[in-house]
Amino acid sequence: MIFKATRLTVAAALFGAFPLAVLAQDFTPENPECIAPANPGGGWDFTCRQVGKSLQDEGLLSKTVQVVNLAGGGGGVAFAEVVNKRNDDNDLIVAASTATATRLAQGAYPGNTMDQVRWLASVGADYGVIAVAKDSDIADLPALLEIIKNDPTKISVAGGSAVGGWDHLKVLIAANAYGIEDVRKIKYIAFDGGGEAVTQLLAGSVQAFTGDLSEAKGFVDSGDIKVLAVLSPERLEGEFADFPTAREQGVEAIGANWRGFYAPGGMSDAAYEAWVSKIGTLYASDKWKEIMKTNGLAPLDLQGAEFEEFVAASVQQIQDISREIGIIK
Amino acid sequence: MDTLSSLADGFAIALTWQNLLLALLGCFLGTIMGALPGLGPSNGVAILIPLAFTLGLGATPSLILLTSVYYGAMYGGRISSILLNIPGDEPAMMTCLDGYPMAQKGMAGQALSLSGIASFVGSFFATWGLIFLAPQLVKIALLFGPAEYFALFALAFMTLGGVSSTNQAKSAFAAALGLGLAMIGVDTQTGVPRFTFGEVHLYDGLDFLVAIVGLFALSEVFIFLENRHGEADGKKAKIEVGPLTPSMSMLKQTTPTMLRSTVLGFLAGVLPGAGASLGSFISYSMEKRLVDPKGKTFGKGDPRGVAAPEAGNNAAAGGALVPMLALGVPGSGTTAVLLAVLLSLNITPGPLLFSQNPDVVWGLIAALFIANFMLLAMNIPMVGLFTRVLMVPPRILMPVVAMISFVGIYGISGSSFDLLVMVGFGLLGWILRKFDVPLVPIILGTLLGNSMENNLRRAITIDNGDWFTLVDTPLALTLWAIAIIGFILPLIIGRKVKAQMHERGDHEGSTSD
Repeated sequence: MIFKATRLTVAAALFGAFPLAVLAQDFTPENPECIAPANPGGGWDFTCRQVGKSLQDEGLLSKTVQVVNLAGGGGGVAFAEVVNKRNDDNDLIVAASTATATRLAQGAYPGNTMDQVRWLASVGADYGVIAVAKDSDIADLPALLEIIKNDPTKISVAGGSAVGGWDHLKVLIAANAYGIEDVRKIKYIAFDGGGEAVTQLLAGSVQAFTGDLSEAKGFVDSGDIKVLAVLSPERLEGEFADFPTAREQGVEAIGANWRGFYAPGGMSDAAYEAWVSKIGTLYASDKWKEIMKTNGLAPLDLQGAEFEEFVAASVQQIQDISREIGIIK
Repeated sequence: MDTLSSLADGFAIALTWQNLLLALLGCFLGTIMGALPGLGPSNGVAILIPLAFTLGLGATPSLILLTSVYYGAMYGGRISSILLNIPGDEPAMMTCLDGYPMAQKGMAGQALSLSGIASFVGSFFATWGLIFLAPQLVKIALLFGPAEYFALFALAFMTLGGVSSTNQAKSAFAAALGLGLAMIGVDTQTGVPRFTFGEVHLYDGLDFLVAIVGLFALSEVFIFLENRHGEADGKKAKIEVGPLTPSMSMLKQTTPTMLRSTVLGFLAGVLPGAGASLGSFISYSMEKRLVDPKGKTFGKGDPRGVAAPEAGNNAAAGGALVPMLALGVPGSGTTAVLLAVLLSLNITPGPLLFSQNPDVVWGLIAALFIANFMLLAMNIPMVGLFTRVLMVPPRILMPVVAMISFVGIYGISGSSFDLLVMVGFGLLGWILRKFDVPLVPIILGTLLGNSMENNLRRAITIDNGDWFTLVDTPLALTLWAIAIIGFILPLIIGRKVKAQMHERGDHEGSTSD
């Protein structure tokens, strides 16, 4: 504890010593690198590759961003590597998402906390959906939650994350908002990814599905599943405009799987500001809007200090729910 | 006929110089990667992903290159299994059991070309299966809920005993050890870390590639080191490849085997998660049960024991593409890597793929046919070229094996921790070999353990703790019945029909020799 406190003091002293307003142009990464803390193909990998490529295409970086896949421990290996070995690397950014915040909140990165790194910016959000099979009798979200309220054994909800993971928490957020007291009774079945969960939904092994909009999109388009609610503050645009939000059905639940980046805790302020401004500029570009659209990403425009606060709030919310369902003490 | 015209369109896409060249390159590199111990299809494909991206290839050419590597590696895996008794990749494990004894009898060339033909038969028919089944897939896959999967995995383990060992107890011990090792890591059902000792590298569990390379490749190096000390230069240093053409009688004998195994392997491949290893494993054990229940010739160089797993694993490779393309659910480890490639090319596999990107799907399928013929051509007359890579004397080859093991594993995971785990597995493999404990069940245990456990717990949770859910559907019951018969039959009835089988076994043994 004493050590931790000392470290915080030192960090505070360091942050205080440097003025934050340094010109962004002062810094250009020599060998820009993006760590995707998972194997190729997942969301983190996508974040690194798309942002890395777009930064170069838009002329914000002259060099190619090297994407390094450092899988393990649900992002914990990469987090530990950044904190312990590359703490003052100015050329490095790391892809993160709600999953990162969830694991930090639940202490699943042994010995690591969110203030050991600097949070750069978000590049979009993937809102949660709750869906049922297309031939299900359940018509809307309140109907589903009412069945669960009366007899939780009747509904098995399938999702792609572990118990206590983000897919699980989304259901609990919705159940909480509906007024279900004992959320621990809700049956959540963890599958290896959203695809497998949807397959089991279609097979009739489970009755409901919780996941992200982007992974559910293909199954909606093919007419296999029926989206009961999107956990976004307002209806989304374009092809997603048909999906009702949970809010308009009287369930005050919002669940966004944000995507963004963090940087090493010892990154210089000049470098930090430069990265924040580059990612911010990219976010505002038309090209990025196009990429968000094709990949089912909804807007989430947060940079620098704002993003840092957002992540802190997100960690706090997850910690509260996790404590309630007994995942952490 | 819709299908056939789509296929014709696919050939029009695949038959460009660039795509043909990529297929050829993929087949060649794939075969080498498959042949080299430790480098299997999944790492082969993984290693070439950067190449496909740096060449700036489009979706179809990239997929053609990478699936050619995939098919090539499935062919190549058999080469080192037969010549060195080290599986070139994990699905080729079963080929060692009869391939190596055949090589020791001086029939290496025949074993190689026979397995080449078996590979061709397996993947050729599986590609046809892919064409007709992929659109129909949803119905088959949907019959399998968690309870059915659990029954299927149980079936795999219960028929395991007679596969690789003469001692059932040692097999069971090895399988239990494998299942135990699979428990390491974060439990995906509850998110609780098990047996990780606070070590973040263990949170994702043991990578079975690391385990395989350690158990098979490194333990081979250790055993060589130990023997080398006593004897001069190892008596098995040289294996004559011998004549390449298998005799007509051998082909005739193995044709039904290949066809049976193709069907079984294909089905094993189609099941999400089961993959090529299960394909070759089920094909081999079923074939053994069917034609040689007493273990008279299998394991001692029976050509059918070479043809079955090779047809099985190549058919499974084709089968594994079915759920990946049609559902977006990978049927094996390698298709999981391919799925990753598709996603990064901005193509979402799944029910929509066939209607939205027909050029990608049918171009890919046509390329699979082309690659298959290229591979047959490469692997029979030119097999000498590939074997030369492996015919180096052990004192040179073994350090190379060690080097590739280390470089290969580090190349995939970039983690020095995995290297230590690999060395650990190498030592474990060396010790277990001294006790004559078979290594294959350990790998199967680690490979299937998590899925098996998760499906059991899912099934039970869904039915609110009711264990009878496991035997609730006709499909589950059928699978259990096969599993129980497969386990008990050799134990109980075995003794009664022993005499009878003894005669038949003798008879068959003499024809196959």
